[in-house]
Amino acid sequence: MSAPLSGPVLVLLDHHDDAVRPSVLELLTAARSFGAPVHGVWFGDGLEGALDALAGAGVEQVHRVGGLGDAAHLAAPAGDAVAEVATLARASALLVTSTFENKELATRVGVRTRAGVVVDADDVALEDGRVVAEKTVFAGTWTTRCVVTTPLAVVALKAGSIQAEPAPAPSTPQVVDVHVTPSGQGRVATLVERTERPASVRPELSEAQVVVAGGRGTNGDFSAVEELADVLGGAVGATRVATDEGWIGHDAQIGQTGVTVAPRLYIGAGISGAVHHRGGMQASGTIVAVNSDPESPIFEIADFGIVGDLFTVLPQAAAELRRLQG
Amino acid sequence: MRIVVCVKHVPDIQSDRTLGADGRVVRDGGDGTLNELDENAVEAALELAATDKGSEVVALTVGPPDAEDAARRALQMGADAAVHVLDDAVAGSDVFATATVLAAAIRRVGAAGPVDLVVTGMAALDGLTSMLPVALAAELDLPALTLAAEVAVDGGAVRVRRELDSASEVLSAPLPALVSVTDQANEPRYPNFKGILAARKKRVEVLTLADLGVDPATVGTAGARTQVVGAAARPVRENRVLVTDDGTAGLKLAAYLVERKLV
Repeated sequence: MSAPLSGPVLVLLDHHDDAVRPSVLELLTAARSFGAPVHGVWFGDGLEGALDALAGAGVEQVHRVGGLGDAAHLAAPAGDAVAEVATLARASALLVTSTFENKELATRVGVRTRAGVVVDADDVALEDGRVVAEKTVFAGTWTTRCVVTTPLAVVALKAGSIQAEPAPAPSTPQVVDVHVTPSGQGRVATLVERTERPASVRPELSEAQVVVAGGRGTNGDFSAVEELADVLGGAVGATRVATDEGWIGHDAQIGQTGVTVAPRLYIGAGISGAVHHRGGMQASGTIVAVNSDPESPIFEIADFGIVGDLFTVLPQAAAELRRLQG
Repeated sequence: MRIVVCVKHVPDIQSDRTLGADGRVVRDGGDGTLNELDENAVEAALELAATDKGSEVVALTVGPPDAEDAARRALQMGADAAVHVLDDAVAGSDVFATATVLAAAIRRVGAAGPVDLVVTGMAALDGLTSMLPVALAAELDLPALTLAAEVAVDGGAVRVRRELDSASEVLSAPLPALVSVTDQANEPRYPNFKGILAARKKRVEVLTLADLGVDPATVGTAGARTQVVGAAARPVRENRVLVTDDGTAGLKLAAYLVERKLV
């Protein structure tokens, strides 16, 4: 790291009430590695309850955006607000967690500030004073490295890509209030209705370290998949077939049009491994596959493949793991 | 209602896709196709047009000569007209430059009669960044209603339902507006014989950047804000194990996870 950044690194602080999302701590870890002051952007209420966590992660300043109300959920007004904060703070980089909403927000910031934007990144680093992001493309079969050549670099980093670590020394975050007024003209989308999904007792799919997923081979019975996920403390995922059949909610869909996961451990049960699904999980650390069809393409990418019946293999593994855990 | 639907020609996801040393998609022709997710966009445009007599659907694509295939496919599905922005200077454009070019083309289409709705797919299956709809809406100063699982137009307003990671939302906006649809939105029709025949009689209008008044220096590789500095196929996973269940595979799996410190 020869040349530092000229301005601070801004991190979008996604939160649920007063709890920052686990992926935010990963972003803050990456942000600290740039050697520049770390700032955060916080939308709405609850900041007071999160200040300890942010101090532990070395955040020096938090820009708290108020006045947007429900519009804070929409890419255009939220992105405009973040662009304003980035400009005021003279930020050199903006890091956000790569979710559908945040990718849109990042794009909007790019339009407003002319920043270069990389989304779905697996890694980000500062090299010779420039922000370099790494991402996998083509259903996880290729890795590319992109240099952002603009004064402000925007990177959306996938949850779970890097290990969160506390700052060497805690900071004392300064809170700066930013009041923005959403543009009152008629040509904006209005949020008519928003229903938050009830929090699952299991970890968030996109953030989980362990994912157990089921496909067509479950025939709609996810009990074995859920049992193993719970023994491993993991999240439950599914293929598009399983969600289209209504066996499980669409929010569980892993794949190119669903959630992209890259957990330390992925276990696919009754999943053939169609390219759509592989695109959403191929970057996982260790891949385990259980399928009764030895010709399933998922075996081509599995570190540990089992040709067998998921309804006997998964419960046996779950029971054995429980026994070993004592 | 006049609807512009943006379509893209991409390498077939079932084929072996590669990147060149410059980090750009190798397009050696032959196995390209209409981006599958754009078929949902075309379908949505056609369904919305069918609810309002006298509507027109214009398919719009930007890209090398092959890209015409995507426009043709949209015509076969039932689009009324097609526009192909074909210009060497466009190659290597990032999403923002692509949005600039598409916006200029949509304004040109709009010169012949106002465009009420712009429809796009949720993402292209090659880049899969989902950034284009937001960038395009910003260029056109239109409200963006993205990732629609359901879309309806009623009384000069468009309304969508969308499923996000942590919430379900309903958005509404007055026309004109931009909508991106997901693969949940509909089941795209296959072009039938009649559609294929009818498409033969339809012309794909070819436009250059000069026709659109876009400065070539602002697009393509020159205008890009990011630069790919490396591209490599990911290493093949080594030491892979495949066992057939002999009644103890579950135990073996548990032992494997413990040995690899994955539990």
